[in-house]
Amino acid sequence: MADNSSQNTPSNKKKLNLRVNKVARIQYLQDFFFHKLTLFFASSVLIVLLGIIISLIISAWPTLKESGIGFFFKNEWNVVNSKFGGLSSIYGTLVTSIIALLIAVPISFGIAVFLTETCPIWLRRPLGIAIEILAAIPSIIYGMFGLFVFAPIFGDYIQPALHSTLGQIPFIGILFSGPQNGIGVLCAGIILSFMIIPFIASVIRDVFSIVPPILKESAYGIGCTTWEVVTRIVLPYTRVGVVGGVMLGLGRALGETMAITFVIGNAHRINASLFSPGSSIASTLANEFGEAEPGLHYASLFALGLTLFIITFVVLFAAKLMLVNIDKKKGVKS
Amino acid sequence: MKKNNFIVTFFATLLLSTFVYAKEITITGAGATFVAPLISKWSEEYKKISGNSINYASIGSSGGVKQIREKTVDFGATDAPVKNEDLEKDGMVQFPEIIGAVVPVINFEGFKPGELRIDGPTLASIFLGDITKWSDKRIADLNAGKKLPDTEITVITRSDGSGTTNVFTNYLSKVSPAWKEKVGTANTVNWPAKSTIGGKGNEGVAANVTRVKGSIGYVEFAYAKLNNIPHMNMKNLDGKFVAPSLESFKAAAAGADWTSVPGMGISLNNQKGEKSWPITSASFILMYKTPLDKTKSNETLKFFEWAFKNGGKAAESLEYVPLPANVTDYIAKNVWSKIQK
Repeated sequence: MADNSSQNTPSNKKKLNLRVNKVARIQYLQDFFFHKLTLFFASSVLIVLLGIIISLIISAWPTLKESGIGFFFKNEWNVVNSKFGGLSSIYGTLVTSIIALLIAVPISFGIAVFLTETCPIWLRRPLGIAIEILAAIPSIIYGMFGLFVFAPIFGDYIQPALHSTLGQIPFIGILFSGPQNGIGVLCAGIILSFMIIPFIASVIRDVFSIVPPILKESAYGIGCTTWEVVTRIVLPYTRVGVVGGVMLGLGRALGETMAITFVIGNAHRINASLFSPGSSIASTLANEFGEAEPGLHYASLFALGLTLFIITFVVLFAAKLMLVNIDKKKGVKS
Repeated sequence: MKKNNFIVTFFATLLLSTFVYAKEITITGAGATFVAPLISKWSEEYKKISGNSINYASIGSSGGVKQIREKTVDFGATDAPVKNEDLEKDGMVQFPEIIGAVVPVINFEGFKPGELRIDGPTLASIFLGDITKWSDKRIADLNAGKKLPDTEITVITRSDGSGTTNVFTNYLSKVSPAWKEKVGTANTVNWPAKSTIGGKGNEGVAANVTRVKGSIGYVEFAYAKLNNIPHMNMKNLDGKFVAPSLESFKAAAAGADWTSVPGMGISLNNQKGEKSWPITSASFILMYKTPLDKTKSNETLKFFEWAFKNGGKAAESLEYVPLPANVTDYIAKNVWSKIQK
């Protein structure tokens, strides 16, 4: 900076220009490389994703070739005779996830309404954090809790109660009959619901909080109750986001492995009763991969993995799409 | 200055540790979970006298076979023996290294371990789902004079593929034609009983049996003993009822003719002998005849030679049965001699 005083002479100006150009060129190169590097990092995720899909398809090919689309509808899983059909696992995955959603969605909705509408301000943060901490508990802990703590209580008290009440109703009664030993599809569904409540609740809370206050206050102003505000104003405004949050929870429920393996009972069977043991795609994979012989068994496990991948992918894609839409809305209206 | 010191120390340690490691040999093995506690105990003792260590990954029997075929390990371990033609094809040898047993365990109030008795066909009927209550006549006949309650039976099995399941279903296939026809023998089978619950690993079965009232399952004897789960006594081929113990396992191993099957892959299930425990099995080691790394292969042989000579006590403390001396002699003379030194 010493020669700043004589910067007006033409030769100095030229020098300065040169230096500026040089710096600019270096910076341009830096930016260029940085851009390409980050682009590479970002696209490597896509490459890995694509690689996983391709390797799944290649490994699952023997099964897909052997049974084709029938693999998804055949209810038989027999390693000894090399007969593999994924229906019982797919059924278990879907049923446990549906049970989990049936329980988790109303509870999460209640949590979100309480946190955004009726909760005293000082309690809002600690409660919100507590719910988020629930999401951080590793799934194996939920599995151990499920097997050693929840299942005994469930089998001794809740299952008999369910059996003597809901179990007596015609048609749906069959869902609540069968062995009352705690472990089974229903137990797995309930444990799953514990696991996805924090996810759904925090998404719903977030989307509820973007509702413009002016809308809510106008409603309160004309004498609406909290319930009316939530159902007529908040929910219609955030419907897409709420559904997105639910889908996010569903995506997690579908892929959950360890907790389910502990409590579902791991039987390749489709039973009308929700008390009876079943299996999910993820639990089957966790159980059988270690000892699977190369061949049809191996390929069938990969085919199950591919199925799970497709189901979760579709669900998460739909969820993201909906959440993106609500983000756009947020920019326009608030 | 401090930073420099740190760097110097760091590299000095690194250098030193490479020197230390350069001297000793680490052999790697992988396979059956069943023998994992034993191999880790053996290798701990072996390291003390030889300085060489064994790195064993307990990934399951099929995993062990896969790994040795891919030549990523120096030895593989499997509970279910590999067929001789496959051994020949791959250029491998197989030898047993230890004997263990599977016991039926129950959760049944009011009975001491071993107080209830069962035979093979009845056990098969329970696991087939033909017998669904403890008060069934077939169980009552074996336990004359005992009052059996009307409890429903819950069958507990291994949900993961397992050598234990292989041994257990092999036994049931031997004693029950119906089982052989409907289910068969494998690491994972399609369990026919409606009440079946699958637990992951020996510990998963143990946890479920201790939790579910009126349940019956099968585990390695060590698990039943360590977790204090009541076992059943069983009727053997000679029609005698025996309790699971090192003596009854040894008796089962004593009558076995290892040379009858090439590759030594015999089953010890349902052996003759008054004292023989009916569900007994050996675990096997796989190695290459022409090893990639001869130093490591030789060291592996040295390890097993040491284990056969000095590892008996450690094995018995973990409820495994060491191989009889004539069998280990046979292995050294006829199996190890095929491996290039």
